[in-house]
Amino acid sequence: MSTGATLRQRLGDRLWRTAQAEAGPIRLGQRRIYVLPSAAGWAYGGALLVMLVASINYGLSLGYALTFLLGSVALVSLIHAFRNLLHLEIRPGHAEAVFRGDSAQFAIHVHNPRPTPRWALSMKAGGGQPSVFDLAAGETATVLLDRPTTRRGWLALGRITLETRYPLGLVRAWTVLRPQLDCLVLPRPEASPPPLPPASAGDRGGMLRRSGDDDFAGLREHHYADSPRHVAWKVAARGGPLLTKQFAGIQGGELCLDWSGLGAMADDEARLARLAAWALAAHGEGRSYALQLPGSHIACGTGSAHLHAVLRALALHGGGDAR
Amino acid sequence: MRAELQRDTRHWLIATACLTVAPHTLWLPSWLSALCAILLGATLWQAARARRALPRMLLLFIALAAAAAIKLHFGHFFGKDPGIALLAALLCLKLLESRSSRDARAVILLAFFLQLGLFLNDQTLAIAALALCGTLAATVTLQSLHLGAQPVRVRLRSGAMLLAQALPLMVVLFIFFPRIPGPLWGLPADAHSGLSGLSDTMAPGSISELILSEAIAFRAAFDGPLPPPEERYWRGPVLSEFDGRSWREARFSTAAQPPYVAAGPAYRYRLTLEPHNRHWLLALDYTDQAPPGSRYASDYKLLSTRPLRERIRIDLQARPQTRPGAQEDAAVLAAARRLPSTGNPRARALAAQFAAPGATPAEILQRTLEHFRDARYVYTLNPPLAAADSVDDFLFDSRAGFCEHFSSAFVFTLRAAGLAARVVTGYQGGELNPVDGVLVVRQSHAHAWAEVWLPGEGWRRVDPTALAAPARISTGLAEALPAGTVLPLLMRAEFSWLRQIRQRWEAASNHWNQWVLGYDRERQHELLQRFGIGDTGWQRLALLMSAGIALLVVALLAWAYARPRRGDALDRAWAALCAKGAGRGHRRQAWEGPLDYGRRLAGACPAQAQEVHAIATEYARLRYRPPADGDAVRALAQRIRRLKLQ
Repeated sequence: MSTGATLRQRLGDRLWRTAQAEAGPIRLGQRRIYVLPSAAGWAYGGALLVMLVASINYGLSLGYALTFLLGSVALVSLIHAFRNLLHLEIRPGHAEAVFRGDSAQFAIHVHNPRPTPRWALSMKAGGGQPSVFDLAAGETATVLLDRPTTRRGWLALGRITLETRYPLGLVRAWTVLRPQLDCLVLPRPEASPPPLPPASAGDRGGMLRRSGDDDFAGLREHHYADSPRHVAWKVAARGGPLLTKQFAGIQGGELCLDWSGLGAMADDEARLARLAAWALAAHGEGRSYALQLPGSHIACGTGSAHLHAVLRALALHGGGDAR
Repeated sequence: MRAELQRDTRHWLIATACLTVAPHTLWLPSWLSALCAILLGATLWQAARARRALPRMLLLFIALAAAAAIKLHFGHFFGKDPGIALLAALLCLKLLESRSSRDARAVILLAFFLQLGLFLNDQTLAIAALALCGTLAATVTLQSLHLGAQPVRVRLRSGAMLLAQALPLMVVLFIFFPRIPGPLWGLPADAHSGLSGLSDTMAPGSISELILSEAIAFRAAFDGPLPPPEERYWRGPVLSEFDGRSWREARFSTAAQPPYVAAGPAYRYRLTLEPHNRHWLLALDYTDQAPPGSRYASDYKLLSTRPLRERIRIDLQARPQTRPGAQEDAAVLAAARRLPSTGNPRARALAAQFAAPGATPAEILQRTLEHFRDARYVYTLNPPLAAADSVDDFLFDSRAGFCEHFSSAFVFTLRAAGLAARVVTGYQGGELNPVDGVLVVRQSHAHAWAEVWLPGEGWRRVDPTALAAPARISTGLAEALPAGTVLPLLMRAEFSWLRQIRQRWEAASNHWNQWVLGYDRERQHELLQRFGIGDTGWQRLALLMSAGIALLVVALLAWAYARPRRGDALDRAWAALCAKGAGRGHRRQAWEGPLDYGRRLAGACPAQAQEVHAIATEYARLRYRPPADGDAVRALAQRIRRLKLQ
């Protein structure tokens, strides 16, 4: 992060009192709500000033009255805007891990404890698109906030803005929050990785019987990439689900995705991308695989929990932290 | 913010524009009103059929053409009327091309300006009510920019709520905002056009035109009794110069002191004059002690130092029995005897008969008066068109005329007989509004009478119209005119109920005029003094205004913070029991149901164990076996209130 951006971040934290992320629910009180005229509000104010001067000049009593009425409406709308945010409760939700380059989605729960609705709320994370929503009386909404991802590792949600221009658009009431919410950004898998490395010769004698059709081991859910030759057509013909036959020979070889085995690659990120792609490929084929990184090791395993652990280790390799 | 306008936002926007432009059609040139109507219609059609927008070039062309036409029509751009015309055209065009919420906001601001423009022409109660409706529509439109589609009723209610909360603030601002007497800079030349009233010349027909107007010229509120009808002469321009056809004012001087010695009973009154863009104050004859800002003219009328361009109030005192002009200036008398050298030969011959050698001025006047009484001239609103010799025509041919014919012929005859006489114009009479006791004088009370100068006595008022139609002076115009004359609707006797409604309405309008439209520096001072605030300097006003606003804002904030009571009556009753238990150190735990808690609390307070247990059971029954009826809930709440834990 550049020094300018860091400075801005610091200043912003000072200004909005967001140096510490808040884990618990945040209840909006008057100290957190800021109110200022919007651009439309300034234009409206300018028009009122012209009307006031015209009323003075022509001695128009009703001109005074109209100008004062419109001014009072603007002032009342300011309080309505403030009230539209007051006492809202905001809780951090969760964020699914994403690959670098995809936009991270943070879920935030906003609860309206008042028995009257809240209108035209708009929530936005830094650099993302605002999402606009209404809240019925007593309703809790889950708002998804987007943030672009540029680095692998943990991405904190950072400062978010909740604002409203209700009721007349003359006034913008807003609050700046920093809920404790992080998203794991995984390394982007290499687009077209080379085939999986050969399984290490070891425990089971290293027999790689890819074409073996004798050691039938069982059925598993069909994946798109599975060869049609392994589809359990008999099951499918009986009206059952599409299943893939698994053979012992394929499970046999233990695959180790080893950082140091990629000696030829200079770039660490490229290595991680390759390893991630291989992990996905191995998972897709239902093979058991292990991960060996400098300083950490994940033992052989299968399944999505295993895949997630492997990808997480890759994402956090070398203290990768996108915060 | 939703970028594209919703369908019903568009409708509200059109309603706002219609409410604002419609009253202007009374003053706009008719072609422009038609153009606005067409543009509004096109917008409606577009909104109804969801048509595509007209090409921008076409709109630009219409705008330029309208601007050029306005320039042609008014001859200039800078002024009240062309300005309003341009605004109206612009508003309708902008509405037609409105796509985004930004456009909608621009239309709303234009509508506000146009609304203000309307007040330059008309500030009556009805227009104010219309403006309030327009503001409501504008508020609803702005609000609908931020909300999804909602029914009309909901939209109106939330808009009305905003306005209702804003009204007290407006009243505070209106009362305390320091009033600066305008204008801040020169007004456009046409700022005060369209004000009607007397003129400083009088030709046959000029007053009878005015008399058809029911507009109010001024109001007089008397302290104490009113002067009798025959003394209600409100003096306007005094016309001494005659050119054979029309009468004009002669030169006069002004002074701070009255040119006469006021005598007789005094009548004190407060005069509220409608603006007429002239100097004369139309005071009752003869004013004593002129207030600041006014001066006496040498022909006894009271003048304001500035033209009356807004409604003003002055406190005056009149002594109608005064006899002015015993020592009149020779130049004034010479001017009051002057006649054109030729014209009206028959009138001159008649005058020569009256002025037989040896006749005193009083005798000449007496003969002339007898002639006017005996000749049975007809008093009519529709006199025949006068020929070249207007006086001869009235005296001998048509023998029918209105007050200007009577006074003109009368003064001419006296002058031809050698007396000094002049025409006085102004208003005569007035109509007492029984609702508020104010004497209302309308344009239809405009009148012309005569003054004759008699040596040793001074100027004597003579009303030749009264000789022909005495009822004109004592009761009013309607009775004085012969049957069959077409009168303005409200002057007819059979519409007395209508007149009554009008009197009520006018009393309300008078209050409106006095306290809302006429709310100026003096009124502000007067009002604040009633509340014991003597100092009304702008600093004090600003302080009071800020305090008032702060108070109201605090009230609004209290409303914003207010949290409705949680739960229903049954929940509140149960919460009260839990609070009582907590007070004894037995807080209900979040996981404890009513029966469990009741059991625990009963165990802790053995003295009330039975009652506590019964309450808990009853609560559980009411809560979980719906529907609970209100009486049972109230009974339970009462039991809980009565319970004293020990």
